Amino acid sequence: MLWETVTLAFITITRNKLRTFLTVLGVVIGVAAVIAMVTIGQGSSAQVSASVASLGSNVLTIRSGTRAFGPPGGGESAPKFTLKDADALADLPQIAYVAPIVTGGQTVVFGNANASTQIYGTSADYLKVQNWPLALGRGFEGTEETAGAAVCVLGQTVRTKLFGTSDPIDETVRVKNVACQVIGVLAAKGAGSFGQDQDDIVLMPIKTVQRRLEGNKDVASISVALRKSATSAQGIKAVQAVMRDRRHIGLTQADNFNVTDMKELSSMLSGVNAVLTGMLSSVAAVSLLVGGIGIMNIMLVSVTERTREIGIRLAVGASSGQVLTQFLVEAIVLSLMGGVIGILVGLGLAYGASVFMAIPFAPSGAVVAMAFGFSALVGVVFGYFPARRAARLDPIEALRHQ
Amino acid sequence: MEPLIAFRDVARIYGSGEAEVRALDGVDLTINKGEFVAIMGPSGSGKSTSMNIIGCLDRPTSGKYLFQGTEVQDLDQDSRALLRRHYLGFVFQGFNLLARASALENVELPLIYKGIPKAERVARAKRALEKVGLAGRENHDPSQLSGGQQQRVAIARALAGDPMVILADEPTGNLDSHRGHEIMQLLQALNRDEGITIVMVTHEEDIAAYAQRLLVFTDGKLTRDEAVKGHS
Repeated sequence: MLWETVTLAFITITRNKLRTFLTVLGVVIGVAAVIAMVTIGQGSSAQVSASVASLGSNVLTIRSGTRAFGPPGGGESAPKFTLKDADALADLPQIAYVAPIVTGGQTVVFGNANASTQIYGTSADYLKVQNWPLALGRGFEGTEETAGAAVCVLGQTVRTKLFGTSDPIDETVRVKNVACQVIGVLAAKGAGSFGQDQDDIVLMPIKTVQRRLEGNKDVASISVALRKSATSAQGIKAVQAVMRDRRHIGLTQADNFNVTDMKELSSMLSGVNAVLTGMLSSVAAVSLLVGGIGIMNIMLVSVTERTREIGIRLAVGASSGQVLTQFLVEAIVLSLMGGVIGILVGLGLAYGASVFMAIPFAPSGAVVAMAFGFSALVGVVFGYFPARRAARLDPIEALRHQ
Repeated sequence: MEPLIAFRDVARIYGSGEAEVRALDGVDLTINKGEFVAIMGPSGSGKSTSMNIIGCLDRPTSGKYLFQGTEVQDLDQDSRALLRRHYLGFVFQGFNLLARASALENVELPLIYKGIPKAERVARAKRALEKVGLAGRENHDPSQLSGGQQQRVAIARALAGDPMVILADEPTGNLDSHRGHEIMQLLQALNRDEGITIVMVTHEEDIAAYAQRLLVFTDGKLTRDEAVKGHS
């Protein structure tokens, strides 16, 4: 009997294909949006976790000013770091590697090709701090660093833009007005926690950047890698002590620099990620609600249109429960159709996004099952009222209906 | 013998106060098993109202309706649906077939609600269609059938559930007189050969002449109850 009701519902639904399509579309959009949001969110969480795991030793980043993120508020007045600060940190027993960093946007030119990219002036230890292997060539050597030689290491994106697949080693590229010899190419790293392209980068010795590109002796930030034996709390404490001393900060004064623990930052990022995913999913869930109202609307229209049919069914002996079931099953079939299509579309969107954003595609069976269950629920909730209206029709009135 | 259908002082009143309409006003009648009864009367006389009450589509405001000796006037909607499902078949003036279902599917409809499995249902529906002379038209839609044929499908539908009573509300009202007489001969044969009780509302004398007994309603009261000439 139930199976026949389901079959009947399918037959009825397929009678008016355009209407069914438009009705189902509401649920499709809702479910697809939820599925896509959650799947993309999980993918980017997985990405963040992976990047946390890839930080071999614990990395601290020291910046001037009091804010860890965004424009340096109050940091304008805070003095910049110098290379001497980096040297002082290198003497700390808790610290394994130190990489002072200056960054600036520049256009890099080779022949007819050019690439707008970020120039990182830093030390050879930057690669160790970042746990970043080379794909080709070598990093800076001591004399190149101390002398400020015109050499550079290209990120994969820049390499591809300028050289395609050919070998860039020992070629000369122009950075602003500095002719610069390519000595190495970094291994591809992919997108970062914010979805930025981490391979869109060129590394040069920090002195070269200071003298020939920036024209000053400032150091924007210092990244340090802690020794395995040191905890990040110990590392932060030691770094703060040295920097307070070097920057002559009195006992009662606040720090005019800040130390960020990259692992902490990453876990915070995944927290932000979860909140964002939750928020976007709830917005998407609202569209599912709207889809449900669409189903209710069309079911009400359908009950009115089929009043006579309902009268006939009641006359030949259908109970009100059977009429109720018929219309409820129709609504559920509609919303489940929407649910299934929505799940497929949502997974497709999430897959596309994962390719585009270079994050893992992380579909979750639980989320799919939940979306399916939820769309069935939408059918029950929004189908019940129209179905009850059909079941309560007076057979005499219904038979008279034109 | 216990009458199949009995009204005891049945009244059906619509509205109240000034707007009160007494569609039926104290009607007593009995119909025995196997009878073929025609009900006549001007419009508003109460003939359709009494049909609706006999068919358990409506309930009397007061009085008693006994079906096979059981009082059914106070049954709720679902119990009345069960009565319709198991004992009653309906034939309407406007045929009332499902437009988008084939003749066979239309005839199957009451059997679905009786919970009869698909194979048996189809067999019984086919037999019913044969009885009304529509063998071979099982897969036609109502729109592909003439009015007379549509009414035959409706009769087959009423017949399929093995009813004790067929209630026909102006079954020939939408048909020309030739088709009308054919339908009447069919109903007469069902009454005679299958022993099915038939209660029919009509306003045509020559249609009523197919019945054995004539009830005439005027202003909500049963004013004549007589044997039809030629039957006795």
